[in-house]
Amino acid sequence: MTTTDAPRSPAGNPIGFGRMLRKEDARFLRGRGTYVDDVRLPGMLHGAVLRSPHAHARILGVDTSAAEAHPRVRAVVTGKLLQTLNLAWMPTLSGDVQSVLATDKVRFQGQEVAFVVAEDRYSARDALELIEVDYEPLPAVVDALGALDPDAPVIRDDLEGRTDNHIYDWEAGDRAACEDAFSRADVVVTQDILYPRVHPAPMETCGSVAHMDKVTGKLTIWTTTQAPHAHRTLYALVAGLPEHKIQVISPDIGGGFGNKVGIYPGYVCSVVGSILTGAPVKWVEDRSENLMSTSFARDYHMRGQVAATREGKILALRVDVLADHGAFNGVAQPTKFPAGFFHIFTGSYDYPAAHCKVTAVYTNKAPGGVAYACSFRITEAVYLVERMVDCLADELGMDPAELRMKNLLRPEQFPYTTPTGWVYDSGDYPRALQEAMRIAGYDRLRQEQAERRAAARRGETGPLMGIGMAFFTEGVGAGPRKHMDILGLGMADGAELRVHPTGKAQLRLSVQTQGQGHETTFAQIVSHELGIPPEDIEVIHGDTDNTPFGLGTYGSRSTPVSGAATAVAAQRVRAKARIIAAAALECSVDDLEWTLGRWQVKGDPAQGQTIADIAMAAHGSLELPEGVEGHLDASVVYNPPNLTYPFGAYICVVDVDPGTGQVTVRRFIAVDDCGPRINPMVVEGQIHGGLADGVGMALLEVMAFDRDGNHLGGSLMDYLLPTSMECPRWELGETVTPSPHHPIGAKGVGESATVGSPAAVVNAVLDAIGVRHADMPLTPAAVWRAMQGRPLRTDLALE
Amino acid sequence: MQITVNVNGNEASADVEPRLLLVHFLRDVLGLTGTHWGCDTSNCGACTVWVDGLPAKSCTMLAVMASGRRVRTVEDLADGDRLDPLQEGFMQEHGLQCGFCTPGMLMTTRWLLDHQPDPDVETIREAVSGNLCRCTGYENIIRAVRHAAGHRAEEVVS
Amino acid sequence: MQVPAPFDYVRAATVEEAIDLLARHGPEARLLAGGHSLLPMMKLRLARPDTLIDINSLADLDYVRLEGDEIAIGALTRHSTVKDSALLAEHYRMFAEAESHIADPIVRNWGTVGGSLCQADPAEDLPAVLSALGATVVVRSARGSETIPVRQFHIGPYETRVQGAQILVEARVPVRPGAGSAYYKVERRAGDWGIAGVGAFVVAEGGRITDVGIGITAVGAEHFTCPEAEASLAGQPVSTEALATAAAICRDRCRPSSDQRGPEDYKRHLVGELVRRALVTAAARAEGREG
Repeated sequence: MTTTDAPRSPAGNPIGFGRMLRKEDARFLRGRGTYVDDVRLPGMLHGAVLRSPHAHARILGVDTSAAEAHPRVRAVVTGKLLQTLNLAWMPTLSGDVQSVLATDKVRFQGQEVAFVVAEDRYSARDALELIEVDYEPLPAVVDALGALDPDAPVIRDDLEGRTDNHIYDWEAGDRAACEDAFSRADVVVTQDILYPRVHPAPMETCGSVAHMDKVTGKLTIWTTTQAPHAHRTLYALVAGLPEHKIQVISPDIGGGFGNKVGIYPGYVCSVVGSILTGAPVKWVEDRSENLMSTSFARDYHMRGQVAATREGKILALRVDVLADHGAFNGVAQPTKFPAGFFHIFTGSYDYPAAHCKVTAVYTNKAPGGVAYACSFRITEAVYLVERMVDCLADELGMDPAELRMKNLLRPEQFPYTTPTGWVYDSGDYPRALQEAMRIAGYDRLRQEQAERRAAARRGETGPLMGIGMAFFTEGVGAGPRKHMDILGLGMADGAELRVHPTGKAQLRLSVQTQGQGHETTFAQIVSHELGIPPEDIEVIHGDTDNTPFGLGTYGSRSTPVSGAATAVAAQRVRAKARIIAAAALECSVDDLEWTLGRWQVKGDPAQGQTIADIAMAAHGSLELPEGVEGHLDASVVYNPPNLTYPFGAYICVVDVDPGTGQVTVRRFIAVDDCGPRINPMVVEGQIHGGLADGVGMALLEVMAFDRDGNHLGGSLMDYLLPTSMECPRWELGETVTPSPHHPIGAKGVGESATVGSPAAVVNAVLDAIGVRHADMPLTPAAVWRAMQGRPLRTDLALE
Repeated sequence: MQITVNVNGNEASADVEPRLLLVHFLRDVLGLTGTHWGCDTSNCGACTVWVDGLPAKSCTMLAVMASGRRVRTVEDLADGDRLDPLQEGFMQEHGLQCGFCTPGMLMTTRWLLDHQPDPDVETIREAVSGNLCRCTGYENIIRAVRHAAGHRAEEVVS
Repeated sequence: MQVPAPFDYVRAATVEEAIDLLARHGPEARLLAGGHSLLPMMKLRLARPDTLIDINSLADLDYVRLEGDEIAIGALTRHSTVKDSALLAEHYRMFAEAESHIADPIVRNWGTVGGSLCQADPAEDLPAVLSALGATVVVRSARGSETIPVRQFHIGPYETRVQGAQILVEARVPVRPGAGSAYYKVERRAGDWGIAGVGAFVVAEGGRITDVGIGITAVGAEHFTCPEAEASLAGQPVSTEALATAAAICRDRCRPSSDQRGPEDYKRHLVGELVRRALVTAAARAEGREG
């Protein structure tokens, strides 16, 4: 299916799928977006958070008197004060509790200790310095590998009966089948692999403007949230406020990437601040707060083992994971999946046995874990399997492409049930890999590499060339409500479609764009089903008073879930329109056929009604058949029957300077399959962004700590995001394999590139330097040390 | 202290603290919220404006330093309904997604095109190396600038 | 975003006025040029001057010009001017090569040579460039001007010979006909501080080194240079062995610290590697063998 077939509207937009310029751009290009820090209300005050300098310390006392005496300070909130409101602790999205403002102890560097409300942001910042906190520092648990040592300090002594730092163990797969497979294998490769702690770091930091209107009793919160309705319900549950009196508004969001899913203490403090002062209170964190306290991502210490025949047929894959969750278990993922979807680590290959065990621990670091386009831990899973496949290729002396081709699932095997219970919906994996290799000119690249290696053996100096690849299967669009809920809220999302009398439409969504172009792409879905030009369809989102309930946008779920809801709603409108058209044309519904935007009489196409005609009739005085209501609306809550499974094949080419360890990414080829593409331009943009993430994580990004728990990545000077200089031109290809169960066959793509790219880059670098494994980020120092056979530990400053 | 800054051709006067950052003067005092901020350490470039015709990170300049100078922000690029060709290029080539880095990118690349009307890919890449983007992977930003320079719908140049 | 603590602000219209203001406002007053070192530190509240003296109006300190057998660079010259200077490019390519690695294009519009020298961050590149070239700086006070060799200018991290009511007004670089120079810097990412940065110039005659200078930054090299390595090259042939020997001396004598940019052993190795490359390229350029 091509996406260039749709006819064009009067404004030149595709009536349906195809390349369409974005409606959002009009305001963003002019600097007329409304992000949270752009919200200004009369009498608005400003909040600032005082944070702990210690990773682990007892709080002996908090003296706020000097801050309260500051002439421009209107309130100071402490944990003690919150305790009187039963708000000092709040539930996390994982069944744990998290401190809003610390009471007994601080448990990570950067943890929230007090909140100042002042007349302007500069005074609020000044007042922080006037608060005196008496700390008694305690030894910190910084290395997850030591968190379960018998003498490790107990972090969560706030939880009754807690005597260690263990959170949970979770298993999937068949341990016995694995043991059997390993015992029979010709080759077993074991490798310790770290996916270090990283951070989504969207360009806009997190924040809120909370306004508790004492007169109406309504709380309105403008906030950076990817899930406005979930936030509203949580505020109701946590703060005991009546839910119908809470309005959460997600205005324009400057990037989410999973950073803006949870409720942060700062938001709660802004609500409390508004309640105390009677004025709106704005709190927007600075970048160091964002990096040090909001949801980090990954931090999985993995030991993988792969068993294979000597010909390269994989027999089994197993992995033990130590998961560093920080000081509170605050991961955002479906309740029944404490390790997210990590058990999709079996990957894209055909073998019968797999097993994983995930052990989660507390450490004295910020809470989080699920973020940064991880698709609920699928980034970790794909990195693990794609590194293991390359390690196996290295062990066998086999080309990694050949090894993958040998083991990839075949199209006739779909739908395919993996050894850990996932049902992949559709895919032609070998074709995607072949397409990537074709675009890359893979054989020529290997030939060039061979020539360079021969030259090096002759004594010629020059960069080391590396070729790496990754093949990934993603599972997105969570999810069937029977299996997937977050804090008891089922992961079904909705869409409400209203066609106005003049034939223009409004679509209200429960998902929340943060740059993905929903205002355009969702209009295109409606346009595809109803023939209404996209410019005549308004997409409304972000305000819980004006949109249907849903769990929001993350895990690439918007198109699979709300996109499906939208398609179904539009299909229902079309079906109702048929009935109304038949009434207007005084014929039977069976006499009518649909052509783009029009129900017309079969054999007599001059007799027909456009959606606009039908909409007017639906609102008018036309007599409707028994049981048919007027107007032309539909409201759908879509409960997806399964996830959808986008996939892709990525190839990366690097050049490594052996004298300095510097890596240059020469080329990156990405072939993605996300089913039919609603707007190819938007899809490509999503992929470009995710590929840059891969370069970032593979070469630059890490939240490291020193032995005392000091955070070494607390600014953008230390937490290095890729610039234009580190990114190559991205070379994209596509295959299209529709999802059989999605109404328009689309699969979702927002996180695919972030999932698949890090392994491709890492595999390329290691291929260049001839080292089996070294951990990300592969900075020049890390590369050089790997070449010396003394790899660096990248997440802890030990030297 | 009293300052007067020419912002987008208009004289703007106010009484401000010396420590007020230029970005806050533009956003909070003048209400020009098109200029954004995204870091504490002058890295991200979301705050880029022109000061006396040169791109500057407005988070790393005091409002008082701009007194008597000319400042140009993103709000000055469009001419009423007519987008600047660079803004048009960003729209045509999907050079923005969340829009947060976009004003800074526009101010940096507008200056580039004013001084180098036909920059090649590497020149553009280097010019925006002080402006971070988390959404686009920079690919379409480069295409947008090339578009504005007169090159439409280019193939990837390996 | 983080914001500074309160302070007073005054502008100086002339160098004399700047000196006078420094004297009047005392030790907690700081000069404000580009502000791209000072303001970030003030926003993080690591620096808390009580008065800022804005010297951006001192346009007559913004110049790059040939004066006899020296190139004079005014203290208020912006990094971007240094990077694009045809005069400097003609004599020492080291300047443009170093500048292309300093911060980013926007910051380079505002940061100044004087600011870079006086900030004295141990990883600044311009001190290494000027040290390599045996440059001098001119410091003016109420008593008059003093010329200080760059190699005596930096006392320690963030500390220079500029004290009290003094202002650095100029850097002066000797012109050396036939010199070839180069700057190599390795950073984790564009715009980052260097893991190590090395600049070198070479003058050669008849295949022998007649003049050489090495500048090293970010690895604790005293005064951003290594005189022992320079001495080892005096009169030596332009040979792989001689250049490698000098590089090894730099490698052994520098004092890098392990940090997030790299462990000590890597940094030390890097110094050796970059000194070697800088000398090789500088010598090749001096001998007309490299474009």
